[in-house]
Amino acid sequence: MNAAVIVFPGSNRERDVAFALELVSGRKPALVWHADTQLPPGTDLVVLPGGFSYGDYLRCGAIAARAAIMEAVRAHAARGGLVLGICNGFQILCEAGLLPGVLMRNKDRRFACKVAHLKVERTDTPFTRAYAPGQVIAIPCAHGEGNYIADRKTLEKIEGNGLVAFRYCSAAGEVGPAFNHNGSTNSIAGIFSPKLNVLGMMPHPENHVDARLGPTDGRGLFAGLVDALVKAA
Amino acid sequence: MKARVYVTLKTGILDPQGKAIEGALKSLGIEGIASVRQGKVFDIEIAPTADRAGTEKLLAAAADKLLANTVIENYRVEIL
Repeated sequence: MNAAVIVFPGSNRERDVAFALELVSGRKPALVWHADTQLPPGTDLVVLPGGFSYGDYLRCGAIAARAAIMEAVRAHAARGGLVLGICNGFQILCEAGLLPGVLMRNKDRRFACKVAHLKVERTDTPFTRAYAPGQVIAIPCAHGEGNYIADRKTLEKIEGNGLVAFRYCSAAGEVGPAFNHNGSTNSIAGIFSPKLNVLGMMPHPENHVDARLGPTDGRGLFAGLVDALVKAA
Repeated sequence: MKARVYVTLKTGILDPQGKAIEGALKSLGIEGIASVRQGKVFDIEIAPTADRAGTEKLLAAAADKLLANTVIENYRVEIL
């Protein structure tokens, strides 16, 4: 796996995600500065990490979405290359138009710092193939703006085409307002692009990969990517 | 030339910040406010060579490309 993690001013999860990628794939990802205009040759996975790019100025992810490297990320996605945006990375993907919708302030106005349960909606994608259909995974959240919103037509497309990747749920997998901690429409925690090669999600799978630190439910996401890329090679 | 761009949330978009401000105003005892929605104002100075028509176009491009997220926000340009 040749992964590239993009680093913006104010990114703060790039090392966490690099750690997870190396742990699972055995290969160190490249760290790519936002002002660069090209991805390293042979890049097959781009990761936009969490953090507070540009201090969340203007809107979360708005300025990072217009950074020089994003043209290369856009071209990579258009070629069918894999792109994973986590937390602020998800916000950047939405601001860049690579995913539809927007992430608004959490409904209760509180910063959500907690472990959330997520229901895996489909497992026929490069990102989720290591999970079982309907599996519930425990993944940490750390965000103030994770409340996913899209207009009715966009939502119909997302739901109609099965583009929801994860929904917030109970430990038993029940989806409902009680478990939808940030108020996201339809409890959406993550979505795919129509070609399933771009995933944006608010929770942090990279923080649940090392058994020494706790649960390892996030590992499957990276393991799935490694598996998908090995099979595609 | 100076201009001002107003960015406001579209109707129906939940505004938790506006709600918080609304609550704070109530707790201050300021009565008679039905609701508050928060927006943004950008004060922009235009380069001296620009004409009015060009400036309008320029500001619309600035708002569309960056200042507003048109999924959730409307904008209005005012040339002063």
